[in-house]
Amino acid sequence: MELLEIFIESLGTLTVNKMRTGLAILGIVIGIGSVIALVSLGQSTQQAIQSQIQSLGANLLTVNPGAQRSGGVQGAQGSRTSLTEEDAKAIESSTKITTIKNVSPEFQQRAQVTTGGTNTNTQIIGVTPVYTEVHKISVASGAFITQRDVDQMTKVAVIGPQVVTDLFGEGANAVGQKIRIRGQSFTVVGVTAAKGGSGFLNQDDIIFAPLSTVQKQLFGANYVSSIALEAKSPEVMVTAQDEVGYLLLVRHKLNDPAQADFSIMNQQDIINTVASTTGMFTSLLSGIAAISLLVGGIGIMNIMLVTVTERTREIGLRKALGAKKRTITTQFLIESIILTFVGGAIGIVVGIIASYVISRVINSQFVISPNSIVLAFAVSAGIGILFGWYPAKRAANLQPIEALRYE
Amino acid sequence: MINVNHIFKVYKTDVIETTAISDISFEINKGEFVAIMGPSGSGKSTLMHILGALDLPTKGTYTLDGEDVGRLGDDELADIRNRKIGFIFQAYNLLPRTSAMKNVMLPMRYGGVPKEKREEIAKKFLEKVGLGDRMYHTSNQLSGGQQQRVAIARALVMNPAILLADEPTGNIASAQAEEIMQIFQKLHADGHTIVMITHEPEIAEHANRIIHIKDGKIEKDLQNGKKAPKR
Repeated sequence: MELLEIFIESLGTLTVNKMRTGLAILGIVIGIGSVIALVSLGQSTQQAIQSQIQSLGANLLTVNPGAQRSGGVQGAQGSRTSLTEEDAKAIESSTKITTIKNVSPEFQQRAQVTTGGTNTNTQIIGVTPVYTEVHKISVASGAFITQRDVDQMTKVAVIGPQVVTDLFGEGANAVGQKIRIRGQSFTVVGVTAAKGGSGFLNQDDIIFAPLSTVQKQLFGANYVSSIALEAKSPEVMVTAQDEVGYLLLVRHKLNDPAQADFSIMNQQDIINTVASTTGMFTSLLSGIAAISLLVGGIGIMNIMLVTVTERTREIGLRKALGAKKRTITTQFLIESIILTFVGGAIGIVVGIIASYVISRVINSQFVISPNSIVLAFAVSAGIGILFGWYPAKRAANLQPIEALRYE
Repeated sequence: MINVNHIFKVYKTDVIETTAISDISFEINKGEFVAIMGPSGSGKSTLMHILGALDLPTKGTYTLDGEDVGRLGDDELADIRNRKIGFIFQAYNLLPRTSAMKNVMLPMRYGGVPKEKREEIAKKFLEKVGLGDRMYHTSNQLSGGQQQRVAIARALVMNPAILLADEPTGNIASAQAEEIMQIFQKLHADGHTIVMITHEPEIAEHANRIIHIKDGKIEKDLQNGKKAPKR
């Protein structure tokens, strides 16, 4: 079969000059490898953030003070003081609101925490007992903040595993120990179970204390930084948002919803925002990878053109011996496709390995989409054809006489 | 076998028109051994290229073994070159880093000869030119004369109507050049039609007809009586 013969001959030709073949393939390897790795990185990041957000609690609505923002999940909570505990109590006791199960007012701020010789800077959250239900947190040892703690403004704290490690060392028994928050002495009464996460979503690097204590004793404030609401079910989320919004507008004596001094977000909003951000991120990475792939393709074309020039006499000879134009075209196209295919295969392996290494380093899930692999193969074959076409045509159209005379 | 009738070859660039061949006509019969001689620029190379279906005449007709070559398209010309013409070049033009065997088999690939037959045929012709013990050597393992012999074997495998040799001994030392000419003589004796370009009279002497070309025209067309072919 002629095609098979051309294929074997092309393999032979390519292996003669291993350095040149290797360098040509390298461009494609880098291009395909980076496409695979970056797409995988983008997707696993997306997945990781999504599952972390979901672990924050389903059916979750968050009321934040400050003006309405579209997709303001990155904005720091407004330093506005427009939300109060009374707002939370009103939501809880209102007969007009039927879709809310739990209301958790919260006051959150960073502070310096010390004990003995160690210190750390971490988030302090003032909470009420219902926090654990709304945010799906469980206690690993000791107990959580109680209503009595809130009523009596006791100085007790429940700390996260990361704080335990930072202050007392990993695995230490923190319950019963004393810590100083902003210089004031608190007793540790519980440690939360590990929930994971990193960066701004790290739920293990946190200290819980009674809301009243935090507001009045630590920071001298009488407002809350947010109110978390647990809706009764996912289906009523939209209704819940409307009901709560209406109530707060009335309480704050506002007629126009556009003038609201608060914003209500549901978890889906957050996920969508994050998804679009990471989606953009992934697209950007893919764009960069695509550019490197383009460069790889140009490299292939370059090499093929050089090859055609070098083998001008050989091409002239083959034509003189009776090779038709399409035979010559096929020969060079196949060489080009072999280059890109081998490059693509190696690139896919390299990409998968790189994804694995990256996922170990940043501690995220190792995700490879089979789609991207199929796409990578198709693209590399396509590049071989696309960038090999012009040189192959050049070769086929050489005039035998001039070609044979070529020095 | 060959019928060349009032052919012209004119090259046109933007400014200049060059006439390489100006009204040449001749006939070559089957079994003749013809040498074409002429100074540089006489048009002998151009004539060779037309005879070899590597180029088409601007005017006039060229008939080879009954086929009007001037009317053919690219693919058909390729076919003619494959089946009817055996080329032997001054620079041998073997594929580098490739064995003699593979080189000789090349025209058969393009001619659609089945794979199983190719090696057998190639072997036969390599033995015929005396390279039976070097069939798998590559070009850098063969001397100039040996490489030209590979080229001759390659030219023979498709059983062509004519053999076209363009300065076949130009790159070869004289001792081996004589060996090559012996092979040509033998092929002639076997009945092959041979057209050879040369500028060396001693080489031309081996032919039995010499055509002299000058300035694109035939100057002389002589039977060479000195060496009658052995039949």
